[in-house]
Amino acid sequence: MTAAAERRLALPRRMGVVRLGRGVSLRWDRRSALVCGLLVAATLVLGTVAITFGEFPITVPQIVGAFTGAETSEAVRRIVLEWRMPRIVLAAIVGAALGLSGAVFQSLTRNPLGSPDVIGFTTGSYTGALIAIIVLGANYAGTAVGAVLGGLVSAAIVYLIAWRRGVQGYRLIVVGIAVTAMLESLNAWLILRADLELAFAAASWSAGSFNEVRWPVVAPVVIALAVLLPALALLSRPLKMLELGDDAARALGVRTEANRLALVVVAVLLVAVVTAAVGPVAFVALAAPQIGRWLSRAPGVALLPAACTGALLVLGADVLAQRLLAPAQLPVGLVTLCLGGVYLLGLLAREARRRMT
Amino acid sequence: MTGTLDSVRTATTAEDATRPAGVAATARSRLGLLALLVVPLAAAVVASVALGSGGIPLAEVWRALTVGGNDTTTVLIREFRLPRTVLGIAVGVALGLGGALMQAVTRNPLAEPGLLGVNAGAFLAIVVAIATAGAADIRAYVWWSFLGAALAAVVVYAIGSRGRAGATPVRLVLAGVALNAVLSGIAYSFTLLNPDIFDKIRFWQSGSLQNRGWDVVAGVLPFLVVGALLALALPRALNALSLGDDLAVSLGARVGLTRAGGVLGITLLCGAATAAAGPIAFLGLLAPYLARAIVGPDQRWIMPFTLVLAPTVMLAADVAGRFVVASEMPVGVVSSFLGAPVLIALVRAGKAKAL
Repeated sequence: MTAAAERRLALPRRMGVVRLGRGVSLRWDRRSALVCGLLVAATLVLGTVAITFGEFPITVPQIVGAFTGAETSEAVRRIVLEWRMPRIVLAAIVGAALGLSGAVFQSLTRNPLGSPDVIGFTTGSYTGALIAIIVLGANYAGTAVGAVLGGLVSAAIVYLIAWRRGVQGYRLIVVGIAVTAMLESLNAWLILRADLELAFAAASWSAGSFNEVRWPVVAPVVIALAVLLPALALLSRPLKMLELGDDAARALGVRTEANRLALVVVAVLLVAVVTAAVGPVAFVALAAPQIGRWLSRAPGVALLPAACTGALLVLGADVLAQRLLAPAQLPVGLVTLCLGGVYLLGLLAREARRRMT
Repeated sequence: MTGTLDSVRTATTAEDATRPAGVAATARSRLGLLALLVVPLAAAVVASVALGSGGIPLAEVWRALTVGGNDTTTVLIREFRLPRTVLGIAVGVALGLGGALMQAVTRNPLAEPGLLGVNAGAFLAIVVAIATAGAADIRAYVWWSFLGAALAAVVVYAIGSRGRAGATPVRLVLAGVALNAVLSGIAYSFTLLNPDIFDKIRFWQSGSLQNRGWDVVAGVLPFLVVGALLALALPRALNALSLGDDLAVSLGARVGLTRAGGVLGITLLCGAATAAAGPIAFLGLLAPYLARAIVGPDQRWIMPFTLVLAPTVMLAADVAGRFVVASEMPVGVVSSFLGAPVLIALVRAGKAKAL
């Protein structure tokens, strides 16, 4: 059998293969690659546009100049490279991380709604931040730790309560709603008991914001992702196999439990890193994988499209957050909260229409 | 994405057909039980007036109520604890009946004003009122609260009634999550841009009966009475509605009018209650759930039982909140921690199916 015939037999037309020789080859999905390329391009364009916005207007030639060193004005260079760039870079990174995390969760729970928001992570991290700031008087780092712990504990509680000979999708969701409602009333009470200043600081932190982001905030996130992303890349093949069901995956030689645990840890850490850096950014982990999968028409889990979609979504939401009520700056988490709610309503309405026919 | 929400749909089984009629099966046992349930309500009322910080002896409380005077104790009892108790009864009745109405109109046992975004609608409207119209007290809040509650109730109802068989319980609750997200996201945007509004709203937001005087009671009572009367007038029509629209129409029920009346009742009850006490979740789930467990699916019995059970739970939660921690836990928190486990138990038992 010739190599060409073999390829025609084994792969659908949407797949492309790069053969690197000596039995190593790279298989890629044409549509997925195209979608990702377009999403990255859109993110770059939006990022450039975002730099031009602000109190101090900056032109595109000035941006190029700042990067190449041709720009003579020290102020412009500083605004572009030290003030506006880190914000945009972090927005894209945060979006990508949330998209990836959501994709893994949705694939593992086999449920399009299995995201950190629905299972109580977001509200729990608010509770954690409130307890850290108001009760323990923590500083910025302590708040981040508190938020991550709060999110993890709530998500674990929801998961454990919903567990009854396996976790069923709708049970997980309703338990998540119940626990979220309890935490929300607890949060309102904590805010009521605190000094106005502390309460306001905690509430602002918990809305998730990129305001005042500089490179020192971005650096730890990049370092953490430099570890997590290769790990996720290694786990992406077992993840695909797990989608076939545990028995099939085991038959294909996947150590299901070990791989699933590793995937959960990586997905949780991705959300945790993001939350620690900027606070909870709601609903991106829910919407990005769904939109990415829809765009790329992938048959199963689609990690890269989810990451690219997430980056574009968060950057777009941040631009909205900056410009919607300018000069007042909204927290980006509130923008994604509203947009995510609208998205979910649209999803439910579409579902209802489909069932009517 | 194919089959987006298929995995969260719940299967309807034959269990629905053989739904038990409740603990009390005969009209006589139900009437007896209803009369019996007034005792815990009365106990809750007494506890609400008599117990609290300050540790006033019962004899003193009695003297303050019957004799009066100008001393601190009398003022405390007459101007603080008494209106608080009356408001507790009124808000409890309102949220309980509102929840029962909502469950009947949407044919959905998980329907609850707090879960379905009605509270969030009122929250947003009140934030807007403070931000734009400078609303400062309950009399100004209440109309805005109606507006917000009404809009949210209509949206939820529109989503809940789409599709041939209406929404599944889980889809309705998800719609509530989505609506809550949108409304509270906008509301938080207002509060986080303005510390002044944040400060004003946080006292309302925790859901409490604390420091509500007679003026608050007077401000919302008329609406609550009208709403409660509406709820108590509807059960026969709601019973017909529970059979499904087609059957209800063929039995001569006026489906559209019943639904409209139900939504109006929900708006009046929940809007006024939320304006007065802030968002209190789960009472609207808890009380009708208890009532259904006792009397089964007949709305003519659910409504009166809810009428007695809801204020009992409300006052008990309020009194408990005075003692759980040193500095008072708002009733909204207590009610959440009582009601959320019921929701979880419902789901774990697999009872979260269409009503």
